[in-house]
Amino acid sequence: MSSPTACISARGVTRRFDDKEVLHGITLTVRAGEIFGLLGPSGSGKTTLVKMLAGIDKATGGEIDVLGTRMPKLEMMNRIGYMAQSDALYTELTARENLAFFGSLFGLRGGRLKQRMQDVMALTGLAEHLNRPVGAFSGGMKRRLSLAIALLHEPEVLILDEPTVGIDPVLRKAIWDELEALSRKGTTILVTTHVMDEADKCHRLGMLRGGRLIAEGTPEELKAGSGTSSIEEAFLHYGGVRA
Amino acid sequence: MRIRALIVRIIRQFIHDKRTLALLIIVPLVVLSLIYLVFDGDSYQPRIGAVRMPEPIAQRLIERNAEVTRFDSAEEAEEALAGREIDAVFRFDGGAPRVKLEGSDPSKNRAVMAVMQAAMQDLAALQSRAGAPGLPAVEYLHGGPDMSTFDSLSPVLIGFFAFFFVFLIAGVSFLRERTSGTLERLLATPLRRWEIVAGYTAGFGIFTSLQAVLIAGYAVGALGSLMVGSFGYVLLILLLLSLTALSLGTFLSAFADTEFQMIQFIPLVIVPQVFFSGLFDLESISPWLRWLTHVTPLKYGADALTDVMIRGEGWSAIAFEVCVLLGLTLVFMAANVLALRKHRKI
Repeated sequence: MSSPTACISARGVTRRFDDKEVLHGITLTVRAGEIFGLLGPSGSGKTTLVKMLAGIDKATGGEIDVLGTRMPKLEMMNRIGYMAQSDALYTELTARENLAFFGSLFGLRGGRLKQRMQDVMALTGLAEHLNRPVGAFSGGMKRRLSLAIALLHEPEVLILDEPTVGIDPVLRKAIWDELEALSRKGTTILVTTHVMDEADKCHRLGMLRGGRLIAEGTPEELKAGSGTSSIEEAFLHYGGVRA
Repeated sequence: MRIRALIVRIIRQFIHDKRTLALLIIVPLVVLSLIYLVFDGDSYQPRIGAVRMPEPIAQRLIERNAEVTRFDSAEEAEEALAGREIDAVFRFDGGAPRVKLEGSDPSKNRAVMAVMQAAMQDLAALQSRAGAPGLPAVEYLHGGPDMSTFDSLSPVLIGFFAFFFVFLIAGVSFLRERTSGTLERLLATPLRRWEIVAGYTAGFGIFTSLQAVLIAGYAVGALGSLMVGSFGYVLLILLLLSLTALSLGTFLSAFADTEFQMIQFIPLVIVPQVFFSGLFDLESISPWLRWLTHVTPLKYGADALTDVMIRGEGWSAIAFEVCVLLGLTLVFMAANVLALRKHRKI
């Protein structure tokens, strides 16, 4: 066990698909209650890594602990909220029916389920669309509904894979404010992103490139350490490219 | 309960997707009706061209329900035959009867020959008067003289529809769960792999039961299909057959990446089953192909349905088939639970 405040800790995690190793010995720690950003271009292995951290996939080598429990472990699913990169929604069902389905998978029912559904829909600004079929939603609305589903069972750990793709700046800010609020209440949040300006909003960052963690630290540390003024330049620096 | 959540969701999806529900419920009834109209018509009335035919024979032919057209010369008759105005030419060359068939349709050939033979036998019986051995008295162990082609096909057909539509719909829905990313999302919940398979089986099972009741009820009640045995057994067999299709469809969807690839399983999995299901006589099948009949679920279902509906057999006759269908369902379900390991190990 690393420090007692560690919420997610990965040690020497590798993942191999057939003969191709896509993650090479990732070691990182996400502290309890922080917003940790996993930054990297598409194809760098972000999704592969978060799927293992969320317990959907199993690492080929290395160890992953979440809340002190060795992953993957089915019981941990109740304490983790996961939002996939693709909007995994049943388009023929209404928003309410989607929420009710996922809610009951997490054991929510009756008045509590109803209350949580209203809370998360208000939070994501979808309250008035509760009874509309998801097939009629715009891309941004689907993204928000996916987020609402991930928040439904009030997980202690939130793992969000590219949560703000296709969401307009106003709403994106609203979502980041909400993540900030959740973090203050003690929820640990791991987000992946390839948008550099979002990275500044994270408490700490991990930079992923070609399946390797090239840097880890607060945005300020990373900028100072590389002698650069922006996260983008810092990323290039740690990636071995001179700007 | 998590399985219950899956069942409720599948029911809601069906309620929103009425077109798929119609494919499962109404389309089999429509197709069954069409087949009924094709096969249950009055027996074919063969058209026979008679060239210098003695009147008693012509009379017997007409009594046996043939349409007799008289020709004065063989050439005229041949011309009519070539023009397909008649199905056969019947002429006498120096006392010996000769028949020439149009020949392109085996069922018409058979109808002509049956009428001819019956007429000649009638005539022979008449000439030999009483005392001579007449025609044997005919009895039926199963069925009867009024049994139509539709009656004999109906058990196979309702089995086929119960199988085909369920296979397709369950397979594609399960596949869409994968392609839309919702399967991965499900696997990020505490849902166990076997619960997914059980939930799907139970959720779709509700609709396949409904389908089984409607198809069997419609075939027997509205179309008057021959039904000697117990209706309850028919429902049991149909339900098991559609559960086999359900589990096979969802399992095979693991080997398809798109809906299009799922459709490709139809010629591979469904069409061969039709050939081995009893629609065609399998006595003459090549011995090296015969083993295939033992691995086709539809054959077990159709055999059991025929036993109940036409032969009126009870539990002892269908017990083996029922067990095989149940066993296949469980095997396919277990295989599907294993196939899901590809997506989540635990």
